[in-house]
Amino acid sequence: MPEPKSCLFNLDKDRSNLIKALQLTQESEGYISDQAVHQISDYFTIPPVDVEGVLSFYTQFKRTKPGKYIIAVCDGTACHIKGSSLVANWITDFLDIKSGETSNDGLFSLETVACLGCCSLAPVISINGKVFGNLDRKKLLKVLKKYQQMGKHD
Amino acid sequence: MIKRIKIGTGSCGLAAGAGEVYDFFKENIKDIEIIGVGCIGHCYAEPLIEVETDRESVFYEKVEPTQVFIDKIRNLDEESRLGFRPERREREMLKVTRLAGRIDPTSIDEYIENGGYSALKKALKMPPIDVVNEVKLSGLRGRGGAGFPTGLKWSFLHTKKSPEKVLICNADEGDPGAFMDRSLMESVPHQILEGMLIAAHATGATRIFIYCRAEYPLAIKHLKTAIDQIVKHGLNQIGDRKPTIQIKEGAGAFVCGEETAMIHSLEGSRGTPRFRPPYPTDSGFKGLPTMINNVETFANIPIIINESGAEFVKIGTEKSKGTKLFALAGDLKYPGLVEVPMGITLGEVVYEIGGVEKDSVKAVQIGGPSGGCIPAEHFDVRIDYDSLESLGAIMGSGGLIFIGQNRCMVETARYFLDFTARESCGKCTFCRIGTKRMLETLERITHGKGMPEDIEFLEDLGSKIIKGSLCGLGQSAPNPVLTTLRYYRHEYERHVADKRCDALVCNDLVRVFIDKSNCIECGLCIKNCPVNAISDNYVIDDTICTRCNSCIEVCPKHTIARIAGGNTGV
Repeated sequence: MPEPKSCLFNLDKDRSNLIKALQLTQESEGYISDQAVHQISDYFTIPPVDVEGVLSFYTQFKRTKPGKYIIAVCDGTACHIKGSSLVANWITDFLDIKSGETSNDGLFSLETVACLGCCSLAPVISINGKVFGNLDRKKLLKVLKKYQQMGKHD
Repeated sequence: MIKRIKIGTGSCGLAAGAGEVYDFFKENIKDIEIIGVGCIGHCYAEPLIEVETDRESVFYEKVEPTQVFIDKIRNLDEESRLGFRPERREREMLKVTRLAGRIDPTSIDEYIENGGYSALKKALKMPPIDVVNEVKLSGLRGRGGAGFPTGLKWSFLHTKKSPEKVLICNADEGDPGAFMDRSLMESVPHQILEGMLIAAHATGATRIFIYCRAEYPLAIKHLKTAIDQIVKHGLNQIGDRKPTIQIKEGAGAFVCGEETAMIHSLEGSRGTPRFRPPYPTDSGFKGLPTMINNVETFANIPIIINESGAEFVKIGTEKSKGTKLFALAGDLKYPGLVEVPMGITLGEVVYEIGGVEKDSVKAVQIGGPSGGCIPAEHFDVRIDYDSLESLGAIMGSGGLIFIGQNRCMVETARYFLDFTARESCGKCTFCRIGTKRMLETLERITHGKGMPEDIEFLEDLGSKIIKGSLCGLGQSAPNPVLTTLRYYRHEYERHVADKRCDALVCNDLVRVFIDKSNCIECGLCIKNCPVNAISDNYVIDDTICTRCNSCIEVCPKHTIARIAGGNTGV
């Protein structure tokens, strides 16, 4: 039987905390591994398929290990109107990854999200939660290059 | 003399660089108190600060983290001051957002100094049924979108006999393009909590949940701080009980904004809606009587109790009372968050507050993916629940996206369908498969492969999805397509019959062209083309070009442009 996760120790074993447990796990490990699914199912004494069912329903949860920097391209209405698909293409061209993929060096993951709520700065992206707004191609590439440098040095 | 400097550090301010400004000012100004506040709604001017002097408040816009700027502020320079445009000031009515961006959201004392929790105090002296009646009298309708009378909902829960009752604040603002609730939670978390505590008193609720989307970390942080402060001050003492207050983070599912789906999600299940009845007020969270109100609805409550319901009804139209928050975004000069009285015309919001030129905006999308577009010729419509519905749109939660003349309405409709098709939970066949089929049809049209019968097919299927879906998501999913078909049918026909996108948006119907008469042969376009589609003599190979606009962006002479024609060989 797998060891329970340390990040869940303080959580009440009520089923209503299942989503919270998944969130805590993803926060500490970056994604939900097969092992984590089993650990969580044991914790709440529910079948693994129930855990899988819930986590596959919500777009927040990842089943594969993401890159060091997660780039989220906002495709909310305002960003879409202001050309978010171009922004996504520019990133794809520059880093050679499509939405949902992670670069070979493990540095970048690209995902498309519904709305970051910074609509007045459209188009925006966020990298590990930090938001960059009013993007044109030049500004975007500058940001990406900065993160490439940072990733190499760390 | 300067008393205090307030820096707008809501999510939008931070994205504009307010964090750097805050750090730099903290480091270099030691003699003046510097605090971070929420958002005053003038997003176009960010980073934005307010300098409080002993006489007045002075606002500075587009603030930079430099010593030069600090000197400017110390001297209260006229330069870089934010002048509030009279066009906007005359039309705005700040009630719910009165304190937003003006007070420290993490300080309960400041909220109390500004009249906070006086409404709770007043309500606690009233019998619960009187509070319910006051809200009924105010005519307040749910600000989440559907516009159900709030007082009536409260009375349902009030009359329920149960040892435990649940109150949920719907803060799952999933509608892309809307940020009213985020701004309120970040700026005035106590005002929302005060509204909830008053509701708990009126309805007898014993448990309070705030269901907030996880994409709003700052909102969650401020709410958590506020809840701790409430408990510390004993403000959660409602008569002889202390309702528990818990924040639950959503996990990214638009459908969870629907009441019954949200309850399933809170219970730790997939967020699928279910049949109503039983209504949540009869059987909700774990079978307990449950009531769900939206963030903005709760934020209105302290005002109603303080000013009385009779005062509240004086603002607005016959059936829509009070003020409404709108998030303005898209193709406009002054994006931001505004609060206007119900009954104002859409045109006033668009032209005067948004600052767009007549004829530069084609339409606005109101209510997000569930709403509809309203074309410029109908901008004289009054903003109230019923007038908007008569145009095929809905009030929605308050997202207002400006769509400029150079945007394609078919592509905009495709975008919304792409969103709803992905967000459909899959329970109802018409919603699950119908939205997918509509999306495929729209994709076909935008790719220049549309057939004449496609347009009628969209109309037919759209009306069936509305009838065949259980919840608001499916029932409103076809709206963007149906309204654009109603007002911009010619754009669809142009795509289908002539394979032309006049807005030059749909990639398959355009090509990129270099006008050599103005070209200085600098080579920037060739160097920046990611797919090497531009030859040494500056000709673009259409078959390779991905229409990514990289060359257009870098061209110093602006001599590259998208023109009609494309892959379809027309």
